[in-house]
Amino acid sequence: MKNLSKKLTLTLWATALSSMPVIAHEGDDPLLSRVMIDQFEWRDSDEAEPYVLEAQGWIGKDLHKLWIKTDVERVDGETEEAEIQALYSRAIAPFWDVQVGVRQDLKPTPEREWGVIGIQGLAPYFFEIDAALFIGDSGDTAARLSAEYEWMLTQKVVLSPEVSVNFYGQNDMHRLTGSGLSDGQAGLRLRYEIRREFAPYIGVNWTKSFGNTADFVRDHGEPTSDTQWVAGVRAWF
Amino acid sequence: MKIPDTRTAGIHIPTELSSATDRYPVVPDMLPPDQSRRRFVLGASSLVALGALPLSGQLFAATPLQNNDPQTLAGKQFDLSIGFQKVNFTGKQRIATTVNQSLPAPILRWKEGERVTLRVTNTLDHDSSIHWHGIILPSEMDGVPGMSFDGIKPGETFIYEFDVQQSGTYWYHSHSGFQEQTGLMGAIVIEPKEPDPVTYDRDMVVLLSDWTDTAPEKVYGTLKKMSHYYNFRERTVGDLVRDLKTKGFAATWNERAMWGQMRMSETDISDVTGYTYTYLMNGVTPDQGWLGLCKPGEKVRLRFINGAAMSIFDVRIPGLKMTVVAADGQNIQPVVVDEFRIGVAETYDVIVEPAADSAYTIFAQSNDRTGYARGTLTTDIALRAEIPAMDPAPRLGHRDMGMDMSGMDHSGHDMGGMAHSGHNMGAMDHSGHDMSAMKMDHSQHSKPAMEGMDHSGHDMGAMDHSGHDMSAMKMDHSQHSKPAMEGMDHSGHDMGAMDHSGHDMSKMDHSQHTGKSRLAKAGFGSNFDPLTKISHVDTEFGPHVDMRSDAPQSGLADPGIGLRDHQKLYGRRVLTYADIRGLHPTYDKREPSREIELHLTGNMRRYMWSINGLNFADAKPLELSFGERVRIILVNDTMMTHPIHLHGMWSELETGDPHYIPRKHTILVQPGSRISYLVTADAKGRWAYHCHLLYHMPGMMREVRVV
Repeated sequence: MKNLSKKLTLTLWATALSSMPVIAHEGDDPLLSRVMIDQFEWRDSDEAEPYVLEAQGWIGKDLHKLWIKTDVERVDGETEEAEIQALYSRAIAPFWDVQVGVRQDLKPTPEREWGVIGIQGLAPYFFEIDAALFIGDSGDTAARLSAEYEWMLTQKVVLSPEVSVNFYGQNDMHRLTGSGLSDGQAGLRLRYEIRREFAPYIGVNWTKSFGNTADFVRDHGEPTSDTQWVAGVRAWF
Repeated sequence: MKIPDTRTAGIHIPTELSSATDRYPVVPDMLPPDQSRRRFVLGASSLVALGALPLSGQLFAATPLQNNDPQTLAGKQFDLSIGFQKVNFTGKQRIATTVNQSLPAPILRWKEGERVTLRVTNTLDHDSSIHWHGIILPSEMDGVPGMSFDGIKPGETFIYEFDVQQSGTYWYHSHSGFQEQTGLMGAIVIEPKEPDPVTYDRDMVVLLSDWTDTAPEKVYGTLKKMSHYYNFRERTVGDLVRDLKTKGFAATWNERAMWGQMRMSETDISDVTGYTYTYLMNGVTPDQGWLGLCKPGEKVRLRFINGAAMSIFDVRIPGLKMTVVAADGQNIQPVVVDEFRIGVAETYDVIVEPAADSAYTIFAQSNDRTGYARGTLTTDIALRAEIPAMDPAPRLGHRDMGMDMSGMDHSGHDMGGMAHSGHNMGAMDHSGHDMSAMKMDHSQHSKPAMEGMDHSGHDMGAMDHSGHDMSAMKMDHSQHSKPAMEGMDHSGHDMGAMDHSGHDMSKMDHSQHTGKSRLAKAGFGSNFDPLTKISHVDTEFGPHVDMRSDAPQSGLADPGIGLRDHQKLYGRRVLTYADIRGLHPTYDKREPSREIELHLTGNMRRYMWSINGLNFADAKPLELSFGERVRIILVNDTMMTHPIHLHGMWSELETGDPHYIPRKHTILVQPGSRISYLVTADAKGRWAYHCHLLYHMPGMMREVRVV
């Protein structure tokens, strides 16, 4: 599986890059790139005070992009969770991209590798959706659904609710994930866009484990839900 | 080479006032490099004028600034040098691309019937070009890299040489990259060979443009990364509260549902806004204000040119009526207006008669109302007029999406001129109506909307027409195309497909419709045909196109988004295309032999633009046979207003009079609307055909081949 996913990664990069000229030219479809730090925040809770980074970046053209997504959580100088995805993103509808590629869970250990197929885009009523199915070692499966909305209070102040849920097809005692609906988080962040590209924010984030996962977490002596105040910055360039 | 034409060089400044302008002639090369030419302050003479200032009415004194227009070059031989130049419009120094160190480029004065030679030298470190916008010339002189020629390489001189076959107001600009945005544009004024039918004492070029401190490539990239980046008029909670109060819950809910389902913004008027743009009038910022001086009693011809990259302007001169005498350089039958919209690349000539000892603000607000260019027209150098407030920012409505309005709840919507608001069209009962008093105005209805009308409940056969004053119905079928009429079964009075717009039954002549060409008559086209069937080709479907107009209305009589209610609100008469008639009789009286329907398409969010869903890179050239006369029907499948420019040949806009079809070079296509015009393919070669919004142009472009 490890070899397979590496091969897959290489193939994807090659495919994506071959469909783009190496340098941008004067046309309507220049090669562009964008890095989006959706969340770079400190979370305050009774249990721990983690730093969280949620970022995406792409390089590509109008309809074809190479897309990187990452989630990192650090507590007390230790990386507790780290995940990175490398995806080939192709527009399939005016507001939707299909994304296929690989996901590597670096932390917690043991590492896990997944193949990814997902869809990202803007649903009716302006909900930003990211939904993905993950297929891992020896047929393991997982799924994730995220939705975000932006409510403009003024031209610069934005209230943004966000929910995300994870599902697993099997129990994984090592990583404390159980089959079925595993965990979810809901956040509400209020940001001030100093510029379009840079916005500090404050908010609240609520996490909860469900089903088997909740049992594992409980057995491990950790709480199954947590409410955290957050403060951070959102930026892109 | 630089011929100081005494009549034109200081055209805004009568000789007796020229003491105030003794800086002339400017030698651009001797200017301090860090100083914009627009920033010179008047010398002592202006202070004298200030001291002698008569204060009156709403006029107030302002420190008169020296606004020298770009130099005027006249004659047959011209040397133009494209180069970099330091400029400062915002307080930050930037590098512009200019001609002869001037932004805008020098005004070129030609004479109809003469042969001009223009030696254009490129001193940039990358390719450049100059396109003579609206000028009829051989295709190899048209200045479009990749079509007319290879462009002008760094250090090279290209010699343009052609016969001037027309007169009027035109302009020139780079057709390479985004150089137009960085300043490479200037005016062309061509003196007619025959006596000018327009009488005036003085003329002035008023060239409007938009300037950004950001490199245009970056602006383009930003739009592709975040298409609403420059829009700071997005809907907020406040708008929702206001809507709930004024429109009620149901209407607000319906509206939000519609926009939410479409995933588009009703405040998306301009892609690039006053957030980054400084709007210039003859290269002068609104803070400084351009100054046009005339003598008391003079009739002044203002030659408006929109040389902006992305900005459509609404122009007015509070206190003065404007008589529009030319559109896109071509004389038209005079129309008196208070306000007109000038799309990117269009030109309008207007005659005004300023009163003595008075000052007027020439006010050009961007159509999204995020900024304005302005200047002063006065007989007294010391006077300035009040600068009016900008009008409220417009919001897009249903018609701007080309939506079928038949199935809609009309309450609470701005239906423009629709007379039927609030009516349930399906259940509309005509039987009890006095038809003569109905003022039935279906002219603004789309075809599908009309199909949705249920006339089936009427016993039309038994309907007593005798009691109706049908003559008041103004039924004029002569403007209908054959296909539309075919849908009508007059014998059985199957009114299902019949359109009643402004019909005059008494003048109805059905004989015209039998066995004739299927095409609408020249001069009317689809602009007068509410029944025009449009179809979307396969290439319009996919991730690159986010909207298709199902029922586009004709944009001919539409003053445009943000201007539609100005007559009602402010009593300002706004020019529409429907007002325009050529002064010269129609040049080519032939009927069109075929119709070409092209759809302007795009994906706003991805910032992709195309024609029929195909961008320039993927599209085959559009072929026209030399000599043929065709009709082009443009359907706007986007919510943006697109100025569409055909090189090399005239776009003869069908405004309703076959005998006086006006000739234009750039046609504004209203959001979600359609418009038709005729083209006589009288110029062989390869021609560009594109949207003149600079950041739409790379995609929304076609090559037209006349063979």
